[in-house]
Parts: sequence; structure tokens; C-alpha cells
Amino acid sequence: MRYSVFSLLAQTLAGHKGWKPAWRDAAPKHEYDVLVIGGGGHGLATAYYLASQHGISNVAVIEKGYIGSGNVGRNTTIIRSNYLLPGNTPFYEHSMKLWEGLEQDINYNAMVSQRGVLNLYHSDAQRDAYARRGNAMRLAGVDAELLDREQVRAMVPFFNYETGRFPIQGGLLQRRGGSVRHDAVAWGYARAADQRGVDIVQNCEVTGLSIENGRVTGVETSRGPIKAKKIALAVAGNSSRLAAMAGMRLPIESHVLQAFVSEGVKPLIDTVVTYGAGHFYVSQSDKGGLVFGGDIDGYNSYAQRGNLPVIEDVMESAMALWPGVGRLRVLRHWGGIMDMSMDGSPIIDHTPIDGLYLNAGWCYGGFKATPASGWCFAHLIARDEPHPVATAFRLDRFTTGRVIDEKGVGAQPNLH
Amino acid sequence: MRIPCPYCGARDAQEFTYLGDANPKRPDRMEATEAAMFDYVYQRDNPAGRFRELWYHGAGCHAWLVVTRDTKTHAIEAAEPAKPSKAGAAA
Ligand SMILES: Cc1cc2nc3c(=O)[nH]c(=O)nc-3n(C[C@H](O)[C@H](O)[C@H](O)COP(=O)(O)OP(=O)(O)OC[C@H]3O[C@@H](n4cnc5c(N)ncnc54)[C@H](O)[C@@H]3O)c2cc1C
Ligand SMILES: [Zn+2]
Repeated sequence: MRYSVFSLLAQTLAGHKGWKPAWRDAAPKHEYDVLVIGGGGHGLATAYYLASQHGISNVAVIEKGYIGSGNVGRNTTIIRSNYLLPGNTPFYEHSMKLWEGLEQDINYNAMVSQRGVLNLYHSDAQRDAYARRGNAMRLAGVDAELLDREQVRAMVPFFNYETGRFPIQGGLLQRRGGSVRHDAVAWGYARAADQRGVDIVQNCEVTGLSIENGRVTGVETSRGPIKAKKIALAVAGNSSRLAAMAGMRLPIESHVLQAFVSEGVKPLIDTVVTYGAGHFYVSQSDKGGLVFGGDIDGYNSYAQRGNLPVIEDVMESAMALWPGVGRLRVLRHWGGIMDMSMDGSPIIDHTPIDGLYLNAGWCYGGFKATPASGWCFAHLIARDEPHPVATAFRLDRFTTGRVIDEKGVGAQPNLH
Repeated sequence: MRIPCPYCGARDAQEFTYLGDANPKRPDRMEATEAAMFDYVYQRDNPAGRFRELWYHGAGCHAWLVVTRDTKTHAIEAAEPAKPSKAGAAA
């Protein structure tokens, strides 16, 4: 069923009794052309673009839990393309353009909201760094505006501008940045892929990879073996575990990042703000809750929950920037496990094993990458050559010295 | 999370700084090939479960510790002083 004003109207008249499930709950077949492991945003987008862009639809996405139970449903929904380095900029801008056309493309309301992303600066050095970043963005055709203090105050008047320690001097604004309803991204891609023949298989955990003569031939799962010519890993925080099944080690550690939602309040803040003096960021959801977060917990973890010190740290940053939020109660908070790679940048590449492809290392910025990640990964799988905007995301860049160290902290995943 | 420092007793994890996996040993002299250095600097086992890792007690005794911790539950089994390995000695 195509969603439209007319389908909505027809269903309204029929008492909303005729809505069909958005995708089939498929049982795994014995064999596929391509098997995508991981039913997160990246895996689902990959399957969708394999079908829609490359005509490969004998594809299954297998997910150990349910669609959207991983990071695609756990993140703080921010999208932006304000990157500095040449390896990154074209890729994230490609993603932004795909976001801009996503809802028409997949016929699904993902609530893409270009409300702007504003990065605050608090010192002359930080202003210079943001000016440089903004210039790099504009040279690459990405929108960026450097705001002074009064321009920032006009947008978000309620922050603490009087603090002597970390005065807000201004900000770097990307107006095309914003937020997207994260669950809807998973659901929308799942539905669109399903309509093109892709099997979405839930509650099916991959427990082993079958490799013969250096070539992958299939997987062992909790629902039996499945054969495939090509196998694509898109398992976010679990990449090292899946790679280990193929005898590989990766330049990746798993870390937990927490997120928070306050009780619902009237519209207060109509953009996304990041606080450059600490690591804190905040936006308001369409339901009225403030959505915010800060640093990773910073040590290896596979527990999908966080610890108290970071909670305290996030709340302190919130209070420093915006004393008024102290009046609100936190309703919910949770954690997600992410791949923290050694240079803070992702990997989209084939592995040394024939037929085995890797999409990993998204750290805590991978949600905004979802469409382009799926687009480029599908391209790589279908054609066996990297997509032009993702050529820098090679697995061997750590041996060749071509690391993409956006934050400049070297091989320290917990600092990225 | 509280780390049982052998010198200071159990202290909040916030007093410590995390470095990561305690197993990689810096290749020395003839062993320090490009491949071995790549392995040491970048490649990690990253296990889900029992893990030996390095923590620095900066707000306490200033000692480096090897903490054995479960990465799925965060339960800590042991915290011992990290002994500097002698130059040239196999770890
Ligand atoms: C709290 C938090 C906030 C974040 N905020 C942002 C943000 O504001 N902006 C941004 O750009 N990014 C953000 N991120 C990062 C972003 O969410 C991730 O980088 C991105 O979503 C990862 O890709 P994914 O959606 O495919 O992963 P997931 O949704 O995690 O998909 C991977 C899937 O693989 C499955 N899987 C794992 N092992 C197996 C197996 N053996 N067999 C079968 N299936 C398996 C998992 O169950 C999971 O569903 C945030 C992350 C967190 C945790
Ligand atoms: Zn101590």
C-alpha cells in the first residue's frame, strides 16, 4: 500500500481497520545472493539500495533482535554534514542530500527536520577553528555560517551568557542540519526494501561464518544455516565479534554512549545546539521532550546501559549552559554500544576474505550517515568497487598511514 | 563502577583514566616490523566478556593498574599493579 493523503482519508473513513503491517515477517530461505547481517539503519538502507539502485533483490537482512533495537533506535537523532577533512566532507554531504529526498524516495514519513545545528564556541581559538571548518565546508559546497554572540542570543536567548569561565562568543551554524525520527528511518527502509522483495528476518542471530578456501559461503544462525554468495556485515557495536568469527581483528573498540530525554514541555528550542566548552548537546523532540547527551563512558563495554559518572557530567554541562533545565525532570535514559574506531572514522570496504564486506566503525556519529552508508555499501557490494564519495574509508588506511583523524587525537578510540 | 586499587582501596572510577587493552606489548628492536607495529598500535581483540585493561589512578596513588573486568556486566574480578616489562624481555 502506498501511503498518501488518499490512503489516509480512505482508512479514516474505514475506521483505521485496514492498515497492513509495514513489512513481512519473513522466515529465512536456504540461499540468497546477498545476506546483510544487522537490521539497523545501515543494514536496512544497504538492502534497500541494493534492490532499488542495483536491481539485486534476492537479499535478506538478518537481525538478532527486532528491527530498530540497536543504535538506529537509540541515538539522539542529529544529522549534519559539518565535517572538515576531504575524506569525510563529500560523504556526509551525500548523506545530507539523501536525507533531503528520503521521504519521497521511500514513501515514508521519517520526520526529517532541517532545524539547524549550532556548535557554540567559547574562546578565540575555538572561533578560529570553527571559521576554518566553516570555510572548508563552503569550499566543498556545504552550507555554513559563523555567528557572533548576539546572533546566537537571538536564536537561543535562554542560555547562560554571563558565565565568566566559558562565555558563549558565537557559533558555527549549519542550517541544513537537524534531526530525523530515528525509528521511522528503520521502519521506512524496512518497508521500502520489503516491497522490492528483500526478506527482513528478525530474531535470527548469526553465530558463525562459513569460510571455504578463503571465500565466505554462508552463515550459521539461531534459525539454521543460510547460504549466500556475498555477505555484508553492518552490526554497529558488535563488529569485532562478527569479524572474529572470520578470524579477523579490527582497529575497533566497543564503547557505550548514553542518551537522555526530559519530561515534555512546550516548544523551547527550535534547533540543535552543541556546547563546545563541555561535551553536551540538546534538541527538542516533536513530543516536547528535551533530547540530550554528552561523552561516551570511555571504557570497553558491551552492556547496553551506562554508568553514573557520565550522567553527572552531562547534567553539570547542561546546567552550565542552560540553568533553566534544572527545573525539568529526566524521564528516560539508556545506552547503546558503538564501534569506536582507532581514528574515529568509519570503514566501508571488502575484507581480505572473498565475498565478505565490512561496514563498521561509525563511532557516535553514524546515524547521520545512514543513507549514504547504505548507498555506498550497496554500491561496493554490487560492483566490487568503492563508491566515489567513500573511497577514503578503507580498512587498510591504518597500515598505509591514510587515517582520517577528524578530531586529531590519534589511535585512542575512547577520545574520539 | 568502583575500582579496587591495591594501594588505595575501592575508589570511584572517575578517579582513574582509562587506556585500554593491557595485552598489546610494544614490539622492540628486530621485532618492531611495520606489521608488528600496526598490530600493536591499531588492532584489538575487543572481547565481549573477560578483559584485562589498563587504568591510571591519577586522583590517588598515581599507579598504573591492570584491571580484569567483564565488558558485558562491568563486574571487576581483580586490580593489580601493572609491572613495567623489562626491555627486550618477552611478555
Ligand atoms: C546514545 C547514542 C546517541 C547517538 N547519537 C547520534 C546522533 O545524534 N547522530 C548521529 O549521527 N549518530 C548518533 N549515534 C550513532 C549512531 O546511532 C550509530 O553510529 C548508527 O546508528 C549505527 O548504525 P546502525 O543504525 O546500523 O546500527 P544498529 O542499529 O546498532 O544496527 C546493528 C544491528 O546489528 C545487530 N546484530 C549484532 N550482532 C548480530 C548478530 N550476531 N546477528 C544478527 N544481528 C546482529 C544488532 O542487533 C543491531 O540491530 C548515537 C549512538 C548512541 C548509542
Ligand atoms: Zn590508587
